[in-house]
Amino acid sequence: MRALLVFQDGSYYVGESLGAVGRSQGEIVFNTGMTGYQEILSDPSYAGQIVNLTYPLIGNYGINDDDIESRKIQVAGLVVHHCEDKPSNWRSGHSLNDYLAENNIVAIRGVDTRAITRHVRQKGVMLSTITSDETVDEALQRLSKMPAYETADFTQVVTTSEPYLWNDQCSKPLTYDPSAGKIANRRIALLDCGVKYNILRSLAKYGCETVVFPCTTAHAEILECKPDGIMLSPGPGDPSNLGAIVETVKHLVGSMPILGVCLGNQILGAAFGSKTFKLRFGHRGSNHPVKDLKTGKVYITSQNHGYALDPDGLRDGMEVAHINLNDNTVEGLRHKELPIISIQYHPEASPGPMDSSYFFGEFMRLIDQRS
Amino acid sequence: MRDVASNEHSRKSYMPRDTSLKSVLVLGSGPIIIGQAAEFDYAGSQACQALREEGLQVILVNSNPATIMTDADMADRTYIEPLNVEFAARVIEKERPDGLLATLGGQTGLNLATQLAEAGILEKYGVRLLGTPLEAIRKAEDREEFRNLMKQIGEPVPESWIVTDESQLSDPANAGIWPLIVRPAYTLGGTGGGIAYNRDELYEIAHRGLALSMRRQVMIERYLKGWKEIEYEVMRDANDTAITVCNMENFDPMGVHTGDSIVTAPSQTLTDREYQMLRSASLKIIRSLGIEGGCNVQLSLDPKSFRYYIIEVNPRVSRSSALASKATGYPIARVAAKIAIGMRLDEIENAVTRKTLACFEPALDYCVVKIPRWPFDKFVGADRRITTQMKATGEVMAIDRTFEGALMKAIRSLENGIIGLSNKTAHLLSDIEIEEALRVPADERLWAITEAFRRGMAVEEVHALSDIDPWFLNKLRHLVDIEMRLRSNGTALVRLASDEKSEDLAASHPLAVKLLREAKLAGFPDVTLGSISGVPELKLRSLRNRLGIVPVYKQVDTCSAEFEAATPYFYSCYDLEDER
Repeated sequence: MRALLVFQDGSYYVGESLGAVGRSQGEIVFNTGMTGYQEILSDPSYAGQIVNLTYPLIGNYGINDDDIESRKIQVAGLVVHHCEDKPSNWRSGHSLNDYLAENNIVAIRGVDTRAITRHVRQKGVMLSTITSDETVDEALQRLSKMPAYETADFTQVVTTSEPYLWNDQCSKPLTYDPSAGKIANRRIALLDCGVKYNILRSLAKYGCETVVFPCTTAHAEILECKPDGIMLSPGPGDPSNLGAIVETVKHLVGSMPILGVCLGNQILGAAFGSKTFKLRFGHRGSNHPVKDLKTGKVYITSQNHGYALDPDGLRDGMEVAHINLNDNTVEGLRHKELPIISIQYHPEASPGPMDSSYFFGEFMRLIDQRS
Repeated sequence: MRDVASNEHSRKSYMPRDTSLKSVLVLGSGPIIIGQAAEFDYAGSQACQALREEGLQVILVNSNPATIMTDADMADRTYIEPLNVEFAARVIEKERPDGLLATLGGQTGLNLATQLAEAGILEKYGVRLLGTPLEAIRKAEDREEFRNLMKQIGEPVPESWIVTDESQLSDPANAGIWPLIVRPAYTLGGTGGGIAYNRDELYEIAHRGLALSMRRQVMIERYLKGWKEIEYEVMRDANDTAITVCNMENFDPMGVHTGDSIVTAPSQTLTDREYQMLRSASLKIIRSLGIEGGCNVQLSLDPKSFRYYIIEVNPRVSRSSALASKATGYPIARVAAKIAIGMRLDEIENAVTRKTLACFEPALDYCVVKIPRWPFDKFVGADRRITTQMKATGEVMAIDRTFEGALMKAIRSLENGIIGLSNKTAHLLSDIEIEEALRVPADERLWAITEAFRRGMAVEEVHALSDIDPWFLNKLRHLVDIEMRLRSNGTALVRLASDEKSEDLAASHPLAVKLLREAKLAGFPDVTLGSISGVPELKLRSLRNRLGIVPVYKQVDTCSAEFEAATPYFYSCYDLEDER
């Protein structure tokens, strides 16, 4: 069936329907990773966004039961050049098309994804819609009434409704019993703005059990679980909407080691006086070079963010520790005295390079130094 | 609000770190031989330019005058002399270079550098070997040292044993790893070897092999039948920053030399987890060897689990690097040369975007297919089977947005008279001969596969015989399927081509137009379309123009359009936007 991808600025692309038939809408972004579409689909940081994949052959290795990063597909929509309907991989259980259809995700295939990327690069991210039953004008009408991406607080949509526990025994969330003491060596309290399972798996590998709290949880309740460290997760949306979470974090600062990742990095930055600004087309992919300013070493990182921290406002001992070599934006912070570290990219990879997984080890070192 | 896209990286004035270097001797690769051909001229030329860009004086020695690197403007001084210790020593004595760059001249350059070091020439004239240390090269090339190093860093190598006496066979026999491949040492063409699936067969084959071997020695190794063969091109600088430029997946599973295999870039059938697992292993290896420059890592992956083995490491710019450079737009030899003179990856500019640095990993938004070119049309009586010893004398590479399109372009580029899915012989083979041609890799297996599909064989059957991943086979099946539909819809296409009146061809001939579009997207050339459907080629072309089914050109930019690119490197495809 014919489908359209219509941009807010009036440009449109004609393709074929993929996944569910209907309409989907969100901010159009592009990801340049050549593998990892399953992880991208289930990454909560893509809530409210239609993801255009620049690699033209998608679906080659199908969909498996393991490489899922949250409880469901999180993207608003998906744009691909070619979707493979006969996947080949030993773990594959479904084709991408079937998986999208079963999960009611409206996607499009057969469009010039490179032209779309070039358009977004030049004009910036904007609202768009995938539709199979409207004219371009009707779709544009509908888009004009849609609230801007910045106005929604997507962390409320993707955060867990109840606290849960994750340890090295599980591959799914466990019920959290506040009265039960910790079993693992270290207990991490994680403020969930849109956590990926591989963060929890990585912490478990380092001998941690993690209590995952809804992002609206008050600081006192978080501290009641007697954590050894606090982690601020990645997540979707404009960080400037998250004043309440920033306040919670301000209360937690100084109490124990803190690790911030992606949105968590921006929340920490905000807690130390900095502001964020929107990037024209963001950083989304598996090939971003990040320099550690202390060692001069460069790491290839997995990234997914549309906003960056303005380093100028940073105060109270917080300093820039990492920068992106493509555009010199802030990629990490470090506190001069307190055990607080954070990075804008993804130490959990999944998808993307595992170069930065050592960062969990750094966090463990801060925890162990303290106890 | 800031606009980051206009916030270009602050350009430094690039100076070699190592300011004591004023002149560098570059060793070429000498005559063209199988496995070491024009790719080293490409690498050497890039290196000469890269060094001169940094203000260094370049002295070149190469015995092959039919190369670009020996052109008058490539080096400051060029010596066309034999690549041996005697002549190289005389050049060094005369020119007194500060450094020697040998990792870009293939095995010849590397061997000569080793000999010069061993003869004390480098020390005598105070010439420093630039880039990868000799120690690292030795570790990568010596079988036992390499295996020990892999064991130290926890990277798996296939289990293997060297046996000189039948009493030593108990080790491999009791290892519980079947099948095993038995290769007698020092026999012509590996005669007397074989594959053992159990203890009895092992003793039988090894007994025969020991008798045939001139030194009574056989090598026994785990036989990775049907495993995927994957390569990574890796770079590292002296600051221990390491990146992968590109990965590649072989169409032919283990058992065919990568130089004799059809290859795609990037890999097509690996999940992100598999891709990253093998990438991490490759980076670990380049770091453990201490390579400063480029390196190629070959790995073998079980198609049914996460198990993998390290097969081989080339501690230098290789044939695969040339392919990876062309496939990604990332100039491996140029960057390797700059690393050799002490520069760091984050100090070298990405020459394609001129906005980003060499310290990133290319993201491809197209599919690359390489097909080897064998000389069997010149050597009519030669054994055309392809195995672990490379026989190809060249290769062709094509780029498209689909695998099918890239493959069809590459086939035409072979210039061996074959323009599509049929060669001159496959249709003459019996069904049994076709099965044999699927089972035993040879230069024309591709056309045995398409013929098998024409005869109605299923993808599963072809996979069972060839071990080729079903993903590749489904692509070939798709091409044959289009061919068959073009044939059965010939009349509809003729009618479409003769319709001079219709204002809206797509509306009056929907199926024929759709099929024509699908065939062009999959890379069918007009001449083949014409001969299959019965529409004359020129008429078909004007029909396509009327329908707007025309190629557009897209840029190879190393970054999937994330940044604007400056170099004019394009490929054609049937997509929407033209970037010229």
